[in-house]
Amino acid sequence: MTGKWIKSRWLWWLVFLGGLLPFVFLGVRIVQNNLGSEPAKYLVEFLGEAALVMLLLTLSVTPLNRFVSGWVRFRRMLGLYALFYAGCHVASYGVFLVDWNNLLEDLYKRPYITMGFLALVILVSLGLTSNKLMMRRLGRSWKRLHRLVYLAAILVIVHFWWQVRSDFTEPLLYALVLMCLLGFRFRYFSGLLGGGR
Amino acid sequence: MLIKTGKPGDIRPSEITSESAYLRRREFLYGGAAFASLALPGRGLASVSTSLSQRLKEADKTAFGEGESLTPFRDVTNYNNFYEFGTDKSDPAEYARAMTVDPWSVSVEGHAEVTGNFTLEDILKPHGLEERIYRLRCVEAWSMVIPWYGFPLADLLKRFKPTSKAKYVFFETLYRPDEMRGQRSLFTSLEWPYVEGLRMDEAMHPLSFMAVGLYGKALPNQNGAPIRLVVPWKYGFKSIKSIVKIRFMEERLKTSWEKAGPSEYGFYSNVNPNVDHPRWSQKTERRLPNSLFSPNRIDTQMFNGYADEVASLYAGMDLKANF
Repeated sequence: MTGKWIKSRWLWWLVFLGGLLPFVFLGVRIVQNNLGSEPAKYLVEFLGEAALVMLLLTLSVTPLNRFVSGWVRFRRMLGLYALFYAGCHVASYGVFLVDWNNLLEDLYKRPYITMGFLALVILVSLGLTSNKLMMRRLGRSWKRLHRLVYLAAILVIVHFWWQVRSDFTEPLLYALVLMCLLGFRFRYFSGLLGGGR
Repeated sequence: MLIKTGKPGDIRPSEITSESAYLRRREFLYGGAAFASLALPGRGLASVSTSLSQRLKEADKTAFGEGESLTPFRDVTNYNNFYEFGTDKSDPAEYARAMTVDPWSVSVEGHAEVTGNFTLEDILKPHGLEERIYRLRCVEAWSMVIPWYGFPLADLLKRFKPTSKAKYVFFETLYRPDEMRGQRSLFTSLEWPYVEGLRMDEAMHPLSFMAVGLYGKALPNQNGAPIRLVVPWKYGFKSIKSIVKIRFMEERLKTSWEKAGPSEYGFYSNVNPNVDHPRWSQKTERRLPNSLFSPNRIDTQMFNGYADEVASLYAGMDLKANF
């Protein structure tokens, strides 16, 4: 299934503005002073979850593209949104929740922070190499480099999982979504879906 | 992703109780009690609540917490850990109203001369109430200052005449999954009913407190109605809520959090800035209220600032090993 609409300008704007929604939502809440009893914690957790959702949306582009070809044109934008929210997440953690001295201590003392940090390093390097120039320059290794996004997604889930005190329902749901998305690729590349190109 | 937006018709807690109304609470309680006694000559449900509001009104002021600035009622009653109703801080305020707290009874078991089932009235009857302003430090590194209403735990426990075999006292929270949605969660590592306990000398310490109210009102459900423990020098999860069972034991049971995470939550769980939780630091805490640009981060004190009173309970003990 494909059509002209997938290439239309308005769809591009729709996805672009849609990606900004969580940011706008937060902005409104900050202006209203409506972030709950612990605003800093709310902000950091919200931005982290937004980053995870964007990352999963990025990973859903390839499977979706099988049904709606042309969808792949939004992959870079969604990936950059994941990086954007992850960056805001870490910045707000550093600014509002701990001071930067503690951040360094946390990095080596707390494994869940180490996982999150590694994921951020991956996302930053993918973001920096996401432009056409770098794609050309890196050639074949570009694809290999950008497969690290799978590792980043797994690290983010572990990062989430290790912060749970008792109830695993929420990270479990995200983990299931990720498993489906990764499982699709496994089947796809081993030709079981019959579409192996 | 959890995005919670208030429905337009939602009533904000500040609309229910403004600070000025709180400060005039005694007038209100006088008026309310007078009205209730006129309208409903003491019987059944009405008598429990009128007698409690009467007692709250007559509560003695104490010197505890003088000079501390209180955490607003809105935060105290909307930012809670009560995992029986869900793990989000806003879950208890949203879902705890489903819990039936009247009638209520407490069963007393184990090494004591007086055991059996007691109604809430039986439990409360002989105790005059006092107001105590205590700091509450959560193991998650946030803290509050709360005006509790209640009576010393020791006064209650003595009534049951614990025998010399009673080395520990354990408490249990209500287990009622049809009213407590968190108890129905499939992927939780906590076992229900929630169990907490104290060494007998800790329980008998004058700071250990049974609370039935806060801010001059009966305990809201999300804060552990109708009766809960408050042990101010320990992390908040030791202060068990909505108590239905008291057991005097010779041996130490494992508490719910000890079972769920033995390397993270010890039996003692005294507030201690020098012993980190394995996943986060305990050196500082975020005192509520706070805002984005005034995070209100303060240093955590040994025994939550009650060291002068309680340090002797742990003389000679390695507090790193017995965390």
